[in-house]
Amino acid sequence: MAAVNPAISDIHADEHDHKPHGFLHRWLFTTNHKDIGTLYLVFSLTAFFIGGSFAMLIRAELFQPGLQLMQPEFFNQLTTMHGLIMIFGAIMPAFVGLANWMIPMMIGAPDMALPRMNNWSFWILPFAFLLLVMEVFLPGGGPQGGWTMYPPLALEGGANVAFMIFAIHLMGISSIMGAINIIATILNMRAPGMDLLKMPVFVWSWLITAFLLIMVMPVLAGAVTMLLTDKFFGTSFFHAAGGGDPVMFQHIFWFFGHPEVYIMILPAFGIISEIIPTFSRKPLFGYQAMVYSLASIAFLSCIVWAHHMFAVGMPLGGELFFMYGTMLIGIPTGVKVFNWVSTMWKGSITFETPMLFAIAFVVLFTIGGFSGVMCAIVPADFQYQDTYFVVAHFHYVLVTGALFGIMAAVYYWLPKWSGNMYSEKWGKIHFWSSVISVNVLFFPQHFVGLAGMPRRIPDYNVAFADFNMMSSIGGFWFGLSQFIFLGVIIHCVYYSRQRATAQVWEGARGLEWTLPSPAPYHSFSTPPVITDDMLAHGNVTH
Amino acid sequence: MISSGVMRVRRAVAGLAMAASGLALANPQPWQLNMPTGVTSISERVHGVHMLAFWVCVAIGVIVYGAMVYALFKFRKSRGAVPAKWSHNTTMELIWTTIPVIILVAMAWPATKLVVDMANVESSEMTVKITGYQWKWRYEYVEYFGKATPVNFVSTLDAESNRVRQTGSGLDPHSVQEGGENVYLLNVDKPLLLPVGVKVRFVITADDVIHSWWVPDLGWKQDAIPGLINGNWTRIDTAGTYRGQCAELCGKDHGFMPIVVKAVPKAEFEQWLATQESAAAAAKTAQAAPVATTATQG
Ligand code: HEM
Ligand SMILES: [Cu+2]
Ligand SMILES: [Cu+2]
Repeated sequence: MAAVNPAISDIHADEHDHKPHGFLHRWLFTTNHKDIGTLYLVFSLTAFFIGGSFAMLIRAELFQPGLQLMQPEFFNQLTTMHGLIMIFGAIMPAFVGLANWMIPMMIGAPDMALPRMNNWSFWILPFAFLLLVMEVFLPGGGPQGGWTMYPPLALEGGANVAFMIFAIHLMGISSIMGAINIIATILNMRAPGMDLLKMPVFVWSWLITAFLLIMVMPVLAGAVTMLLTDKFFGTSFFHAAGGGDPVMFQHIFWFFGHPEVYIMILPAFGIISEIIPTFSRKPLFGYQAMVYSLASIAFLSCIVWAHHMFAVGMPLGGELFFMYGTMLIGIPTGVKVFNWVSTMWKGSITFETPMLFAIAFVVLFTIGGFSGVMCAIVPADFQYQDTYFVVAHFHYVLVTGALFGIMAAVYYWLPKWSGNMYSEKWGKIHFWSSVISVNVLFFPQHFVGLAGMPRRIPDYNVAFADFNMMSSIGGFWFGLSQFIFLGVIIHCVYYSRQRATAQVWEGARGLEWTLPSPAPYHSFSTPPVITDDMLAHGNVTH
Repeated sequence: MISSGVMRVRRAVAGLAMAASGLALANPQPWQLNMPTGVTSISERVHGVHMLAFWVCVAIGVIVYGAMVYALFKFRKSRGAVPAKWSHNTTMELIWTTIPVIILVAMAWPATKLVVDMANVESSEMTVKITGYQWKWRYEYVEYFGKATPVNFVSTLDAESNRVRQTGSGLDPHSVQEGGENVYLLNVDKPLLLPVGVKVRFVITADDVIHSWWVPDLGWKQDAIPGLINGNWTRIDTAGTYRGQCAELCGKDHGFMPIVVKAVPKAEFEQWLATQESAAAAAKTAQAAPVATTATQG
């Protein structure tokens, strides 16, 4: 009896929706999962534009050989800040925002399990971000040692080292609280009938991601704290002269760092696993395989960290172990890609904007997966490491992977959030403009990397000029295209007059679509009565 | 103007042709698409595992993207496609889990043999110690066929590139040429001279921050880490000049500490080493007197 619930919640929403009055009261003190989700998403979009403007400056300097615009010191600040802002400001908060909005609605809960902590974990973020970004305006400027912060170089900074480290501490605390909240919600707040192995894949992906977060964020905190004491309190964790070991930092950092890259992709896997079945009008192929592959990717991601360090001079056995482990990740990742394609197979496919982004995700993320497997081959990676080839690899997985996943999710659920349909025409223009420009931007970077261009350099030999110019043109074009995204969102929320139905998409399945659009302020105040037919994976037997 | 433009186009075409034919490129060429095969047996095998991985990816890509494109055309709602109900197929799932395992083993096998060989620095005939500094390299010829040598020098970015690369210099990077090649940011005052056909062991370290010593034509890079000594080796087959760069972010001039290896016939190298040795000895005796006086005074 799917139809009954929306009606009930509808009346409920109209009668007393408890929205606090007053701007500050509503947004600063909010404990509502939707408001907090919105805050996260707006924060993330802002960070995306700030981090993006840094990237535009980087591409402007790399437009042609010779240093035209800036000193190398400033260039290094730009690359460092771009990386930190995009990872900790744009991608991660966007996924937490999506989790906040969608998980309670998808599992039939009224809100998150720990609403006050939810408020706290968001409101730490703007302050952390402020600490991070204001460094650029300090005397001496921001950190210049790269987002990976390798000592001894990272310790050559001044006060900015402390700012950066405290910013990372705060962001880590925020992430850990967010993760605890998500785990508590998923494990405790599911409506009766929403068994673990009937949950939407997005919820599964976040459950696994949250465990990864809890495991590795404290490790990052430890690593940067050691940096802090090395810099300001005379310890020698990473000073060779004092008996420390600079390579140890890299091991600790990547013990965090590699799971971190999966933290940034697993929720996108979840999103794509929601969208493709909807627009293929066919159930997800191999639901359980999808869940198990998520889990095994997460496990493997914890034992492959040193593939980022093949050139540091590890013992032979270490090189081989991390090579084999990394190659193994290709297997569950391949399973996911094959299953997405099989979901489309013999479906009835339509190409709305979320589906376009999802298809682009499958194609382009796979290119990043291919170059990932190539990077796993130790002897080849002796050549690839620290070149533009790696830059191309991780932008394929992060931009056309994580970011496209987020954009697909926004188009997919925006009608549910706002109650209005976005402009399909402008959504498609945004998609095509982005998908073409992103390839003009990143594909040539494979070539210059293989030809010998190191990463993180402000200037280069003229042999690399043509592809770099191409890359810069693609970059400006991609950057500008994102204003279309902004425009589509603003139009949809404030100006669109096309109302969304509760179902929104013809092929959509799952509890969130049983709620009216826009979703009521409190999701399921009383647990919905769930029958297996209402769920996308209610009847899965394998 | 025109002629330089034409030359540039010609070189670009030549670069593309060479890149496509897989000929060894000593230096990066405009429009170069692929990794150089390099000039050592190791670098050729590195190129080999790279190409193997590449073609495996292409093959898998053709299958996956082919299936996807087919699905996207064939199973469109606008063509009246009716969705099927099935949502799993154990046979297929088994197939596409096991076949990749076999493919991975096939890639890992030659890679493993290669890593083992690359790690084998035994029976080297000379030793060069490389030390990274912000932002230059020091090369010490520790021993040559068992005989210690005092030869060592610092290698830094050439003056011409250095002038052009200053922010807002207004100078054209295309003008930095040597032997008809553009060497902007890829040239040094003193290259590392090595003999052809001799197995050279490198011991690599750094003095301040982490650097990474990388010449693509030799097939590897190795991090230079303060407080740690890394080993690697090469045996260059062809005489020539091979250019590379520091590959680990090491501060503001990270982009400006190139590496140039000049491989010359063994006889020529020995002659060069001898002159360097006597020069070093002369410098030492010249220094010895004042050093001795300071010592007695101290
Ligand atoms: C098939 C799966 C993947 C494999 C086998 C793989 C493998 C690798 C390897 C071996 C490296 C080190 C390359 C080097 O520095 O020389 C690397 C770098 C990187 N990968 Fe992946 N990767 C995969 C997927 C991903 C995903 C899903 C993400 C994130 C969404 C990601 C993000 C990154 C990042 C950010 C770096 C570079 C970090 C840095 O040095 O700054 N990778 N990957
Ligand atoms: Cu990794
Ligand atoms: Cu360096």
